[in-house]
Amino acid sequence: MAENCCASQGNIMILACSGGSNVGQLSNQAAIELTREGVGKIFCLAGIGGNLSGFVQSAKDIDQMVTIDGCKVGCAKAILEQAGVPLKDYVVITDLGIEKDKNFSLKAEEIARVKSAVLDACGTGAPAAAAGQAPKTIGCCG
Amino acid sequence: MEIKILGPGCPKCKQTSQIVAEALSETGVEATVEKVTGVMDIAGYGVFGTPAVVIDGDVKCVGKIPKKEDVKSWLTK
Repeated sequence: MAENCCASQGNIMILACSGGSNVGQLSNQAAIELTREGVGKIFCLAGIGGNLSGFVQSAKDIDQMVTIDGCKVGCAKAILEQAGVPLKDYVVITDLGIEKDKNFSLKAEEIARVKSAVLDACGTGAPAAAAGQAPKTIGCCG
Repeated sequence: MEIKILGPGCPKCKQTSQIVAEALSETGVEATVEKVTGVMDIAGYGVFGTPAVVIDGDVKCVGKIPKKEDVKSWLTK
């Protein structure tokens, strides 16, 4: 949950499939790191899948959202469809040339590749923290 | 009917409260209105931002000031 008043505005919601494979966990790790870097905020896809109104309505009302699926099965995309949430920016990790397997020793290069693809997908430049800018999560209404 | 307005108390949260009050007055619907301001209490609703409006346990809007006409439709459904 946003700790700051009106903090959802101007903030990118990041949804990761977090599935049971290397690419599923790459989606999760990339979402965590992009949150730490102030690019956006990871949000609970399971809450949307569970049809909990706070999660579903948050996803419907957010201006900018990026969804990361590990593979073409597209579980995250399917969850949004089931919940009636429009898909916005979208990344499938296997489309980046990363092969799906069960090796959970994630490679730094692959995490970086996923993060870069997410930044490209949502039209964001370098991570705010890396660029020495204030993270978007601090924004508040006046 | 039970209405909860989630938010720590910024101007947009106050505007949301005002719009809900006006919608209640104009529709004549009777409801209890509670302001939920604690961060952990708000987190329990799973919302990504505030203000948010909850009617009878159902989150109706998140991170924006609702339109009065929308609030009226939620109240009269």
